[in-house]
Formats: sequence, structure tokens, C-alpha cells
Amino acid sequence: MGAGHAHVLYRESDSPVHRLPPEVKIAAMVAFTVAVVATPREAIWAFGAYALLVAAVAALARVNARWLLVRSTIELPFVLFAFALPFLGAGERVDLLGLSLSADGLYGAWNIIAKGTLGVWASLLLAATTTTRDLIVGLDRLRCPQILTQIATFMLRYLDVLVGEARRMRVARISRGDDPRFLWQLRGFAAGVGALFLRAFERGERVYLAMLSRGYTGRMPAVWQGGGAATTGQWLVAATVPVLAGTVAATAAVLT
Amino acid sequence: METLAMHISNGIINGPVAAIFAVIALAAMAFCVMRGRQDLDDRLAPMAGLVAAFIFAVQMLNFPIFTAGVSGHLLGGALAAMLVGPWVGALCVAVVLVVQALVFGDGGVAMLGLNITNMAVIGIAAAYLLIALLLRVLPRTTTGLAVTAFVAALVSVVVAALGFVVQYQLGGTTDLGGNLAGLAGTMAVSHLFIGIGEGLITATTVVTVAKVRPDLVYALRALKPAAPASVPAVGGVR
Repeated sequence: MGAGHAHVLYRESDSPVHRLPPEVKIAAMVAFTVAVVATPREAIWAFGAYALLVAAVAALARVNARWLLVRSTIELPFVLFAFALPFLGAGERVDLLGLSLSADGLYGAWNIIAKGTLGVWASLLLAATTTTRDLIVGLDRLRCPQILTQIATFMLRYLDVLVGEARRMRVARISRGDDPRFLWQLRGFAAGVGALFLRAFERGERVYLAMLSRGYTGRMPAVWQGGGAATTGQWLVAATVPVLAGTVAATAAVLT
Repeated sequence: METLAMHISNGIINGPVAAIFAVIALAAMAFCVMRGRQDLDDRLAPMAGLVAAFIFAVQMLNFPIFTAGVSGHLLGGALAAMLVGPWVGALCVAVVLVVQALVFGDGGVAMLGLNITNMAVIGIAAAYLLIALLLRVLPRTTTGLAVTAFVAALVSVVVAALGFVVQYQLGGTTDLGGNLAGLAGTMAVSHLFIGIGEGLITATTVVTVAKVRPDLVYALRALKPAAPASVPAVGGVR
């Protein structure tokens, strides 16, 4: 347990993408997403180019397509919202398959699905190739204020504490004759939520005091930092993806 | 636990509006970092982490609103404001949003400014103002505290949801015309129900913590200079 361990989305592997320092990957991913969002929605070919870029990085990171697709179901609610748009949108209507749809709404739906999916893929690739520990090290090296990385470190650490504590309380309830089923276990859970919080806090407080007594000063020790900060070469390698995406976005903006 | 997206994802709001809100969010967060540093002592540091973890967990409880394809979820803003104060609380919510966007693809990275403005700035501000007001007005009993937590949570959820409607009006990528009022209505009504759920969770959690460890509740600590004698009353028998 603890932040040193990988999260559910991490794919253990040793690819060139895994080896890149985290701060480089975070910066590249954010820049890529901004380029995608800035692309005019009429330039449909541009989104194809982005998808190719994502596929190339995924192949390089040895993340298979099936995993990527299954995990993208996370954005399903927004896809539903997107499907509602052609019916709700105002302005010019077009007839498609016998339905009167809003042209603006259709573009809007496309816009949300394309940009949303590409964004989700980009973050999934980051998650698949970076452990949570590295993620925090990366944010720290990107000059993220220490108070934020500190909260993030504890958050990721305590998530396990919280889940473990909830599991223990559930076992305790069951062993005392509770019979939790789908919705009805919510009542038992709601009644115990305050106790869960307190138990998790007291456990977490002990962890924190133990850390303090071992010399914790608000920043993780140098061992955590691992391989050292990114070199210029690594920055350049990682920059290829956002630079290509930026070029596509600029071309699309000029053409439309 | 499978997560579903519920924050604004890429492409829903146009670039310029997202950029403006990113600047607003950044400025607000910078201010919170400055104020939060003074607050974050030995007791608050683990608490902030736990509150963030708790918010992270409750935000996974997601309620789809099928009528408009929008989904809603618990926010945890009032809980954060109550337990760790508005500054650190806003930072906790922001950290949750950043991690969700970076790692889980939940909420577009380019839309982070919008999400942070709604949930970490507007939500927390509404919650904390209400908490500060209600704790002064209501009797200092467990019931008073519970009511405060409930109302603050309910209102903050609805206000944060309406923040999205305002942003959509400013920069929605699709012109909904007259249907915008419908969107506003759907968001408000659905988040009213979510707010009730959130209010109940917030109230039970805060009351339990206040009973056993009143020293951990920031909102009660802040009151102390004004009324040193009456605060322990919330602590009950323990």
C-alpha cells in the first residue's frame, strides 16, 4: 500500500515512454490537449491526425488498443450529452435519416466526442506510463507549490487507508449479522461514514507523526526523486508530440 | 471501482472562455496557496490529505442525469470548508480535480480552469460563507452544526452546478437557443437532489468528527476567539 505503489491504471512495462521523466510527460500531455482543444471543429482531418499521434505513442508505450478503448468508457456521460445536442441545438436544421437535426448541434456533438476522446486517451497514456509517485515528483519539478504536492501525496497515500478501513468496517458489519445488498447497504454505509472518516484520520495521523519523527519536512526525500531531472534531450524527444499536434492545429486554423 | 467522467470534458466549452477561467482559477489558487500556508499545521496537513482522499472517493459516486445526458456527483466542498477551512479546502478540491484530469482523464485538462472555478472556488466560497453565517446565527448545538453542514453542502452543490450553466452560456460550443433554460433547470433540480445526499453525508461526517475530536473541525476553531466558552458545548459529553 501507499503512494509508492502503482495505481490501477498503471501498466508495468519498460518502454521508451515509461522511461521518460514524469515532468516531461505531463508537460507534453497538457500541451497536446491544448492543441487539440484549440483546433477548429470543422477540420475533421486534423482529429484523424491526432488519433494517429496517440496511436503512435500508445504503440511506443506498449499500451494495447483494447485497454485504451475499454478505459475510455469513462467519458460516456458526455457522449450522451453530445448525442442530445443535435436535437437540442438551435439554428439551421438539416435532414438526416428522416430526422430534423441542428447542423450546429451535429458539429457540437462531433466536437465533444472528438476532443473529449483525444483528451481521455492522452491522460490514459500518461496514467499507463507513470506511477503516482512519479506524477507527484513531476509536478514538484514543474514548480507546483509545495503545499499542493503535499496535499496530493497525502491524498494518494490515504486513499488506500480509506479503502482499507471501509473494507474492515464492512467485514465487521457482515460478521455481526448485516446482510449488505446493492442499495440497502447504502444505509449501513451512510450511518458509518462519520466513523469511517475518524478511523481513517486517526490511522492517517499516526502515519503522519511517524513520518515527522523520521525527518519529514513537507517534501519527499531525495530517494523518491529517482533518476534525476529531465535532460534537454528528453525534453526535445517528448516535445515532438505536442509540436506535431501544434503544427496540425495551426494548419487546420489557417485552412478553415 | 469504475469511474465515470463527470467534470467538464474537452470540447464542451470553447477555448477563449476556458482560457479566461483558467486565469481566474490560477489567480484564486495562488491566493489560496498564500493563505493556506499559514493554516497548514501539524494537525491540518494529514487532515487535508484525508479530506482530499475522501472527496476523491465520494466524487466517484456518480448520478447520470439522463434527460440531458449530463451527470452529477457529490462535490465534497462543504466538507472541506468545514474541516480544513476555505483556503486549504479549495486547494484540496483543486488537487482532486488535477489528479483526476491528469490520471483518470476525468474532466479535460484544457477545461481544468472551468472545473476548478466551479467546484473549488465557487463551491467552497458559497459553502464557507454559509458556514460562517449559520454558525453565528444557529444555536451552538449538535443540531445547529448538522443543519449548518447540511445547508452549506446543499447550496454549494447547486451553486457550483449553476456555475457550469453560466460558463456554457458564455462559451458553449453549441448554441442551444431557448434550451439553455432547460439545461439550467435540469442542472438545478438534479443537483438539488444530489445536494440533499451530499448534505446528509457532510452533516453525519462533521457531527461525528465534532463529537469525538472537536479540535479537528476548522470552522469551530475559527469561532473560538469570538466565543471561547460556548464552543466545547458542541463536543458533547466526551
